[in-house]
Amino acid sequence: MRKIAIYGKGGIGKSTTTQNTVAGLASHLGKKVMVVGCDPKGDSTRLLLGGLSQRTVLDTLREEGEDVDLGDILKGGFSNTVCVESGGPEPGVGCAGRGIITSINLLEQLGAYDADKALDYVFYDVLGDVVCGGFAMPIREGKADEIYIVVSGEMMAMYAANNICKGIVKYADAGGVRLGGLICNSRQVDREQDLIQELARRLGTQMIHFLPRDNMVQRAEINRKTVIDYDGAQPMADEYRALASKIDGNEMFVIPKPLTIEDLEKLLIDFGIAN
Amino acid sequence: MTLLRHTTPEIKPRKALTINPAKTCQPIGAMYAALGIRGCLPHSHGSQGCCAYHRSALTRHYKEPVMAGTSSFTEGSSVFGGQANLLQALENIFAIYEPDVVAVHTTCLSETIGDDIPQIVAKARQEGKVPDGKHVIYANTPSYVGSHVTGFANMVKGMVRGFAQKTGKKNGRVNLIPGYVEPADMAEIKHLAEALGVKSILFPDTSGVLNGPLTGQYSMFPEAGVTVDELKASGDAIGTLGLGEWASAEAARYLDSEFKVPCKILDLPIGLKATDRFVDTLRQLAGKSVPESINFERGQLVDVISDWHQYFYHKKVALAGDPDQIISLVEFLVTLDMWPVHIVTGTPGKRFEARIRELTADIPHEVNVKVEGDMFLLHQWIKQTPVDLLICNSYGKYIARDENIPLIRHGFPILDRMGHVYFPTVGYKGALRLCEKILDALLDKQDLTCPEHQVELQM
Repeated sequence: MRKIAIYGKGGIGKSTTTQNTVAGLASHLGKKVMVVGCDPKGDSTRLLLGGLSQRTVLDTLREEGEDVDLGDILKGGFSNTVCVESGGPEPGVGCAGRGIITSINLLEQLGAYDADKALDYVFYDVLGDVVCGGFAMPIREGKADEIYIVVSGEMMAMYAANNICKGIVKYADAGGVRLGGLICNSRQVDREQDLIQELARRLGTQMIHFLPRDNMVQRAEINRKTVIDYDGAQPMADEYRALASKIDGNEMFVIPKPLTIEDLEKLLIDFGIAN
Repeated sequence: MTLLRHTTPEIKPRKALTINPAKTCQPIGAMYAALGIRGCLPHSHGSQGCCAYHRSALTRHYKEPVMAGTSSFTEGSSVFGGQANLLQALENIFAIYEPDVVAVHTTCLSETIGDDIPQIVAKARQEGKVPDGKHVIYANTPSYVGSHVTGFANMVKGMVRGFAQKTGKKNGRVNLIPGYVEPADMAEIKHLAEALGVKSILFPDTSGVLNGPLTGQYSMFPEAGVTVDELKASGDAIGTLGLGEWASAEAARYLDSEFKVPCKILDLPIGLKATDRFVDTLRQLAGKSVPESINFERGQLVDVISDWHQYFYHKKVALAGDPDQIISLVEFLVTLDMWPVHIVTGTPGKRFEARIRELTADIPHEVNVKVEGDMFLLHQWIKQTPVDLLICNSYGKYIARDENIPLIRHGFPILDRMGHVYFPTVGYKGALRLCEKILDALLDKQDLTCPEHQVELQM
């Protein structure tokens, strides 16, 4: 079982990319995949489930007490995928980070990862930046072993990616977590592909795939579906299948070398974004 | 064989390690302060273990039952916040135990997840969970900041923030904030104010709460402590005396800035000079003259100091404790011609070292001071430069035994002796008692250990 965490700046398209890629792994490559949403908003599995219909782990815990069954929190989605949302408190109260810790521990306790579940992949879709111990939970203690960072050619997205790499370095020694690559989710920035390839090279990793911008993604989303599910003949569906295959065949796992802020800014200037 | 056998005289620099801290948790101070309000139930907003520990820490020192509520956090509360728990707790507490006041303090957990206590209390009030005429006050007390002294100061500030009112008409009373001292000390401070003919509001006031009599009747809320009406009146007082910068200044300054009640921050009135300053300031503030009864007490103290001076003279002392106490104790020891040479406090605050340096400037001996120091360091200093006396809480007994030094228990906690709750160390009476304790400790040791031909009957 490969355990993969997807990180990236807020709004970069982590959840969309994760679900579309998972759809590719499941339908195209026939893999058994579980998606664990680690966002308090609980919207990481919407496309696989055909709508926001899942009760989160923490809601279940709150309502049913400690006596929770796997069946209460796991839900089957597109192409035999398994979906879990950890959920969390409303904005402004409580501790969302602690929520992630609680729900991942609960999933382990309940045996969601056990061999009899015959999972090929677990995907953790994690909120925004690495902001506290809770949001680093999926890369702590060897829970996830691979990380992919969703990034675009925009300054703040690259800044966040670099920051996440710092988090990975911290846990890489103890937990054995490695960076599998950057996924460029295009924002149609000039020379975006070159820029992200160069960023990846400097970080010591690869740009595993370049996802072009396509309104089809949004159209599928409005219909509560992944692109593959909505219209598998679309070119964008092929892009996600390609990304799924690349992840499935990936053998480049590294401890990243984060850039200094000066180097990061210089990179942007070298690629002409300043002009 | 010694108990602290791993303590070495050689001092290595330590940054991230405290060994045998000279302080404890913020909520302990907050809980103690809250018990000084009449009809008040302290409430710990956090997990049960915090509350259980803080109650037992107080009980072990005062040998009295200490009641407090807890929000009983579960895994769920730490994720979703403790609002639901506190709302339920307030409803239950007012329905079942009927206190007049609930004094909520936070814990590390509720602080870290960021629970907003005033917002939750306002909601409880809106939902009718706080009956009319009942009160909820609060203090933020994360234990990873400051110490039990900080927690005490925060709760005392919570009292004035929650209660003080301004009617525009001065009531002629003086607010006395006694600091983190024993119930007996609070009674002694009241006694001095009464003897001066000053109408005072002393808060908090744990005298009669944590040193009450055994009557055969249990009362959850003893008929003692400062009343809600008195706390309300603190905003109309003619002045505030905050005793002890660390424990009392916050509240005193709050009354000054919010209610224009002028404040003075004095040292705790421990020892001759600090008590003189206290009496003199109070006299001026209230426009009274010092009565003969106080002059008499003072005269007795001066007599004892001069009669027994040869036994105090140039004796070296090590101290550990809370900053307000230590500052006044050091001043008194210098008054007695003793040499306080090793001094640590666990409570942060840079002014401490400056004060100690000032007070010991004329001592012809090197003085070691460490703010946020620990008992391990104190022990190491003692191994390097032995002392004649150790003044410390009960945890000092291990050092005293290992190094064969007489120990005077002072501060919090005292777990293995009784007098602290009943006999003051503040005021002239308190200073007299300190002299007695110091002489007993020094002379008992001398009588037991000096060569036979030097045993003196008459001293």
